[in-house]
Amino acid sequence: MRDKEMTSPDVRIDEAGTTGVRPLLEIRDLAITFKTGGGEVQAVRNAHLTIMPGETVAIVGESGSGKSTTALAAIGLLPNNGRVSGGQILLDGEDIAHTTEQRMIELRGNTIGMVPQDPMSNLNPVWKIGYQVRETLKANGRPSGPDDIAKVLSEAGLPDAKRRANQYPHEFSGGMRQRALIAIGLSCQPRLLIADEPTSALDVTVQRQILDHLETMTNELGTSVLLITHDLGLAAERADKVVVMYQGRVVEAGPSLELLRNPQHPYTKRLVESAPSLASRRIQAAREQGLETADLLAPAAETAKSDTFLQIQDLRKVYKLRQGLGKATDFAAVDGVSFDVRRGTTTAIVGESGSGKSTVAKMVLQLEKPTEGRILFDGVDTSALKPAELFKFRRRVQPIFQDPYGSLDPMYNIYRTIEEPLRVHKIGDQASREKKVRELLDQVALPQSTMQRYPNELSGGQRQRVAIARALALDPEVIICDEAVSALDVLVQAQVLNLLADLQANLGLTYLFITHDLAVVRQIADHVCVMEKGRLVETGSTDEVFESPKQDYTKALLNAIPGAKLMLPPEVA
Amino acid sequence: MTSNNSHFVAPIEETPLQATDAVKTDQAPLSLWADAWRKLRRRPLFIISALLILALIVIALFPGLFTSTPPNEGCELGNSEGAPTAGHPFGFTFQGCDVYSRVIHGTQASLSVGLLSVLCVLVIGVTIGAIAGYYGGWIDAVLARLGDIFFALPLVLAALVITQLPLFRENKSVWTVVFVISLLAWPQMARITRGAVIEVRNSDFVTAARSLGVSKFGALIRHVLPNALAPIIVLATLELGVFIVAEATLSFLGIGLPQSIMSWGNDIAGAQASIRTRPEIMLYPAAALSITVLSFIMLGDAVRDALDPKSRQR
Repeated sequence: MRDKEMTSPDVRIDEAGTTGVRPLLEIRDLAITFKTGGGEVQAVRNAHLTIMPGETVAIVGESGSGKSTTALAAIGLLPNNGRVSGGQILLDGEDIAHTTEQRMIELRGNTIGMVPQDPMSNLNPVWKIGYQVRETLKANGRPSGPDDIAKVLSEAGLPDAKRRANQYPHEFSGGMRQRALIAIGLSCQPRLLIADEPTSALDVTVQRQILDHLETMTNELGTSVLLITHDLGLAAERADKVVVMYQGRVVEAGPSLELLRNPQHPYTKRLVESAPSLASRRIQAAREQGLETADLLAPAAETAKSDTFLQIQDLRKVYKLRQGLGKATDFAAVDGVSFDVRRGTTTAIVGESGSGKSTVAKMVLQLEKPTEGRILFDGVDTSALKPAELFKFRRRVQPIFQDPYGSLDPMYNIYRTIEEPLRVHKIGDQASREKKVRELLDQVALPQSTMQRYPNELSGGQRQRVAIARALALDPEVIICDEAVSALDVLVQAQVLNLLADLQANLGLTYLFITHDLAVVRQIADHVCVMEKGRLVETGSTDEVFESPKQDYTKALLNAIPGAKLMLPPEVA
Repeated sequence: MTSNNSHFVAPIEETPLQATDAVKTDQAPLSLWADAWRKLRRRPLFIISALLILALIVIALFPGLFTSTPPNEGCELGNSEGAPTAGHPFGFTFQGCDVYSRVIHGTQASLSVGLLSVLCVLVIGVTIGAIAGYYGGWIDAVLARLGDIFFALPLVLAALVITQLPLFRENKSVWTVVFVISLLAWPQMARITRGAVIEVRNSDFVTAARSLGVSKFGALIRHVLPNALAPIIVLATLELGVFIVAEATLSFLGIGLPQSIMSWGNDIAGAQASIRTRPEIMLYPAAALSITVLSFIMLGDAVRDALDPKSRQR
């Protein structure tokens, strides 16, 4: 991990460098235009960017801010309907924005390398890994024997590279695929590497390993890196300079720490305030205040009832994995998990992919049957519920899912979506339901005119607010959020988290919050359960777990939060 | 060159901060169908095919508007293979009947066979496909094999066998042809439906509906099927054309519609006798058939493009 001590010398080198050395990549006044059905759209305007040799520069921005488009323009791979409509991209003094395709082919791989975003779709599934590395080497006229391929792969941190080169992408885990892509990107030792969200699809611990390794490699080779990311914490931690883009423009650029501590532009200020990886305990504090007022308002009996609401006891879920004819092995997705959730609090289940956290959520929602163990909801064993009781249970426990694009029926308008639970449970008549839908939209801060719209017209955050409104329609007591904010941009994420906290304060909701993102946990949860490979490794209050983690796994997770250490100095100061 | 280490801040007035995640309220709300209709409306392919189909429907419903010669009347052997005359623009068949009148009256049979077959195929195929795809497991396995059995039967061969069964030999009508076509064509529809349903059934919104208390079957009807409709509609439009051809093929071979019903297939079969002397007698019903099939296939293509989810804004 690179923190303050390590970045400062680099900064000094750059200061010396500015006097004589020519920048490796210089983007001046760049404008990029896309032709769409509705005419020409300017995706990027007046973009400026300078990368010195050996320097790492990060572009940070939300989706649609133009950060990836800028990077694609730098390697000449804009989609067919896009073009550079103004400005220059100077690579070592040569304008590559207006050069021939032939020249770009010469430059790609050799001079400019690229590590794409999604390791799952960026390797060709029908070719062996080794073949895909060889393709790059051959295209750039480098030796491409089996030994060269193995060398490239092992340099990217793939163990047992010779054997691995003969495997197909599906035999690789996500992290290994990303390593293979890094190997391909760096195989011809380019002078500039463009890494477009290279780790956003990976678990935090894997992300950290990959970024550490990428950093070591590029340092050794003296490669400049253009890192595209949505995570300000990660950018500040990994890059010497950060460029913030907003709506196709560069709104602020400067040395990472300087920018983080002293943001000037209102957008950057907002970003720094909201970045979960840099977060303090802002929301929790706000919510505690809210709770206090709620406590004051609530009758004494209510507060006394603040007891265990949901009890998970020795929960176990075994799936049969088919292995050819008739053979099956048992796979315990969840193995002996027990924890309690207290009324009116937020309990977070944290874990990486495959830890079984979502399976726990599905079992609590009664969408999967546990193999063993019990779930007590308000003192009643949920596995023994009869259909009619289950129907009533559904009113009291509601989910919010991860994918805001998938959790709303695209054929239903927003009114029908939010009204559906009321209709299913036969609550009220037409008029009272409409009134309720209007109230719910107010609660989630959406204009009432949204009612007649369809999900495809709303952004991810807005859809998630609709999903929250739908979940609230039946006045539930427990809401289960399965990665409910993971797919959202940071500012929107902060907005939704605040909304959830407000709703909890006002309605006394109990949350079970499933997430892979520890930074979010700190913002919202009272209690944390850390899961690894189906088992519960650590539980405790959020403060306990964050301040004095007991298990190595928890420590590793905490250390892997990008930028976690960066903000400590200003907080101390 | 500016100093590499400078802290650049864009002028704030040039880059105004907008409210985070505000709802765009400038456009009218659009459902999937409204959106598809808006796209379709502007496509020449759709306009041409829709106009042609509209004309065909009018012809099928009111043939009397287009020809004063009633079907199967006024056939005089003296006119056999006669050249066009006033009131008989396409000339006469081998049997001395008016070609134009026959082509006009044949529309009804062809279109009704096509439409009725598509309806039957939709009912059978969508039901079986949806059940197979949604419930999966052994139901799926049984239904899929059943579909494969029918899928493997060649249309003409099976039709030959079926129409020779006593029940069908005695009373040939539009319905027997519809029965034969539907019996052999439903597996295609079932497959498409099954695939579409499988794609939708694992969506989060289905899980969300289930956890709201919607029953499993209720979720299939309310959420899964409406979202699986697009490929089904496209296939139905394309198959309409295919079934009209199938009817013509069967009628041409003498195992489709009886001679008493006018259809293009029968006309083409009848024109065989004159193919050397007067080939244009065959040309007219064949052209009518081609235009009809082509317009349905063009419509299917246009609808497919309009319903393509990739082209939809998010």
